[in-house]
Amino acid sequence: MKARVHVMLKDGVLDPQGAAVQHALGSLGFEGVESVRQGKVIELDLADGTSEDTIAQMCEKLLANMVIESYRVEVL
Amino acid sequence: MRAAVIVFPGSNCDRDMAVALKAAGADVTMVWHKDANLPDVDLVAVPGGFSFGDYLRCGAIAAQSPICKSVVAHVERGGYALGVCNGFQVLTETGLLPGALMRNAGLKFICKTVGLNVVTSDNAFTEGYSAGDTVDFPVAHHDGNYTIDADGLALLHGEDLVAFTYGDNPNGSIDDIAGILSENRRVLGMMPHPERAVDNGHGGTDGQALFCGLLGQLTNA
Repeated sequence: MKARVHVMLKDGVLDPQGAAVQHALGSLGFEGVESVRQGKVIELDLADGTSEDTIAQMCEKLLANMVIESYRVEVL
Repeated sequence: MRAAVIVFPGSNCDRDMAVALKAAGADVTMVWHKDANLPDVDLVAVPGGFSFGDYLRCGAIAAQSPICKSVVAHVERGGYALGVCNGFQVLTETGLLPGALMRNAGLKFICKTVGLNVVTSDNAFTEGYSAGDTVDFPVAHHDGNYTIDADGLALLHGEDLVAFTYGDNPNGSIDDIAGILSENRRVLGMMPHPERAVDNGHGGTDGQALFCGLLGQLTNA
């Protein structure tokens, strides 16, 4: 089985990289880009039957820093 | 005082840290990250660098290394720990210090000497200074933008756990925070490099008081 983990900075945590990307899009002439948030996508190839709870532990112990980041798991 | 300096793949301030500790009189052992056991030491120093290439997040992989379990146990026993730069990032990733270090607000790697305010001298690390002193230490980091939630920030201020603040905030850190203490005041994490300000050849010696103070405190303890 495969799972895809999306890690994003929590709402309210300033994302300077996202802001820089937003600025660059504006420089390219794209109008109306009101905000950009940049995160990470991590794909896991897992033993069949790996529980959602186990994947959540992977996220909370390592893949995301819960102080500043949130995560979402997509089982593929 | 006996001190261990942890060495990760990608550490690059480990020898500077060892030199600074030895110059102050410490007996220093270098400890490789794969060693599961710490020698019997009073202080663990987690040095600067780019452990594991900053993969995933700065300090995240190092925090899961075998030696870090022993570092956590050392601190939980009441041992002292100093984390500088990447070492500060590692200590926040282990949970030994609160908050997190994010990408610098200006997105650039910053390498320069900065002025710092000593906020408290009520701990073994900064007792060689006085609160209100200003010191000059180099910074060299891309991810030094300290952040913490509102409750954590209130605790840092309320318990006098902010050790250093920037005079002119280079990286966007909340409340200009450059270094913090643990609640038991025995763990200090800071982005600036005191170990790079201990010799006239460094261009300044403001860091000497930190190491000499630490030696004085821990040798008498």
